[in-house]
Amino acid sequence: MLEIRNLHASADGHEILKGVDLVVHAGEVHAVMGPNGSGKSTLAQVLAGHPAYAVTQGSVRYEGRDLLAMDPEERAQAGVFLAFQYPVAIRGVTNAYFLRAALNAVRTARGEAELDPMDFIQVLEEKLQAIGWDDTFVNRPVNEGFSGGEKKRNEILQMAVLEPRLAILDETDSGLDIDALKTVAEAVNRLRSPANATVVVTHYQRLLNHIVPDFVHVLVDGRIARSGGKGLALELEEKGYDWIKPEGAVA
Amino acid sequence: MTPPVDPKERYLAEFRRFAGNGAGAAPAWLEELRQAAIERFAAVGFPTTRLEEWRFTDVAPVTQTPFTLPASRKPKVSADGVENILGGATGTRLVFVDGAFRPELSITKGLPSGVTVGSLSDALRRDGDVLAGHLGKYAGIERNPFTALSTAFLRDGAFVHVGRGVSVEQPIHLVFLASGAAGGHVVHPRTLVVVDREAQATVVETYAGLGDAQYLSNAVTEFVLEEGAAARHVRIQRESTNAFHMATSQSYQGKDSRFSSCSLAFGAGLSRHDLTSVLNGAGAELLLNGLSVLAGGQHVDYHTTIDHAQPHCESHELFNGILADHARGVFNGRIIVRPGAQQTDSKQTNNNVLLSETARADSQPQLEIYADDVKCTHGATIGPLDPNALFYLKTRGVGAEAAAQLLTYGFAADVVSRIDPPDIRERLDRLVRARLAA
Repeated sequence: MLEIRNLHASADGHEILKGVDLVVHAGEVHAVMGPNGSGKSTLAQVLAGHPAYAVTQGSVRYEGRDLLAMDPEERAQAGVFLAFQYPVAIRGVTNAYFLRAALNAVRTARGEAELDPMDFIQVLEEKLQAIGWDDTFVNRPVNEGFSGGEKKRNEILQMAVLEPRLAILDETDSGLDIDALKTVAEAVNRLRSPANATVVVTHYQRLLNHIVPDFVHVLVDGRIARSGGKGLALELEEKGYDWIKPEGAVA
Repeated sequence: MTPPVDPKERYLAEFRRFAGNGAGAAPAWLEELRQAAIERFAAVGFPTTRLEEWRFTDVAPVTQTPFTLPASRKPKVSADGVENILGGATGTRLVFVDGAFRPELSITKGLPSGVTVGSLSDALRRDGDVLAGHLGKYAGIERNPFTALSTAFLRDGAFVHVGRGVSVEQPIHLVFLASGAAGGHVVHPRTLVVVDREAQATVVETYAGLGDAQYLSNAVTEFVLEEGAAARHVRIQRESTNAFHMATSQSYQGKDSRFSSCSLAFGAGLSRHDLTSVLNGAGAELLLNGLSVLAGGQHVDYHTTIDHAQPHCESHELFNGILADHARGVFNGRIIVRPGAQQTDSKQTNNNVLLSETARADSQPQLEIYADDVKCTHGATIGPLDPNALFYLKTRGVGAEAAAQLLTYGFAADVVSRIDPPDIRERLDRLVRARLAA
């Protein structure tokens, strides 16, 4: 589904990703872990198409298409979803209005009919239940005045409504208390299917107790320094990141 | 060759004609009021950009055009034209066309007893005492020469009086139209709203051009809320884009009163609107909001003053500007906290979004605080649409153009969503969408 080859990316002329290789197949859950500043969030942002990052080398293919040649909205319409580490507030636009605009943009791109407000409300009610929210939050402007945890939960609500094929969760666990963490994990797990894939970017192992990954990768200094099964996450939890050296570095 | 006539002299000559014939049967107090106003105007003349208060707005295009008072005739305006402007709003309405009251287009039936809605000229005959006590008492002739001109030429306008304890559920619409034949004319629309103790009312003022004529609309509205009164004021400015709109809105609040004001500016080539709110009783609350949506070469200048004259009052102010093409927005927000006005809680916000590189906004907060136990905050932003928000919307599948439209709409909705009652809010929401799509 996703094939990242030798990906180099920089921001303001400063190279952050220095040759990332990662292959994700449908049905899999991958965790990308790593110390602060290793490039985890940059990888997530580059996959979503953030204009602040320049890809200088390498390729990314998504379902056979050149992902890097696609606009951010085309990526979303093709089923790529990024749950932001720092979700953006949008004044004056209610969550419900925004979600319907987004869902209809995606549906239109897929050749499906737009949902009218009544049909949309039904879809929304169902998704709200899944993340354990009432409709208080849908009539408020997007993320405006939301707490850190509410913003993260709102990202998952968007994911649930848009039903992506490839979901990338960027530090979705940070700022969540344990109950919220469980709810978020449940919502993510509910979306798991043989046709979908999830990439969980996180600093901590905690979230991975609830979203159990098939593969764990450790990103150090812009490269994947080690890959393994879910046991690797536990090892990192115990020993920290220091014992993993960047690939090619002399121990 | 005759030398060009000085703009001030032209208006003074017009006043002599006005006072000599048409002004006619005014009570002595009104004649004195007019006389004081024209003397004030004669003393100061029109403002120039050398004055701090007028630094960003050059009124030379307004003053140098030789506008005259409309002749006494009745330009044809269809009821459909009025309905169109009101967008389906029902209920009480006063309609003025080119400054003249048009009873045949107005509806004043069905109001609860204790409520007067009618023309000022009628009220001068019936409610002379109420008028003498309020008219021209708040919108001072010293602050702004255009206000002085309005008072000098004061002859008719709208009058709303809600008696003690009376609650008017239906919004009262005041509609000031400029007909297609308004070209070359100056009109001085005037409104006085008096809401007595513990009374409630909603007043919606609309200033609109029915054609693309060049005219000057010089409007003054005075709003008085007695103790415990609650009133909502929505003001929609949709003048012809060739027109000039000069305006003063003045509110004066008593103890424990609540006033919510929202001004929207979509029209006029050049407009200046001074809004002054005096919180003159403890426990008074004020919401002072505004939105301008401008394009082409339009210019809007909002000067607001919130005067906390008494303790324990609260004011929240939000003005948003959406500026496209070469449009220019000016916001000057003055907040005065008088000595002794302790426990004042005041918040001012002015946000401007520039949709082109040639659009421009100027924002000036002006805080004058003479009390020590107060909470006053202010903030202003000027800039293009937030690139992070645009990216965020795109990652949800919304295309670039639709994302920009959504953010721009949100900027407007931020103000419009605060308007009550809901039917007025929905109507304005439709107006804003239509304006943004234009």
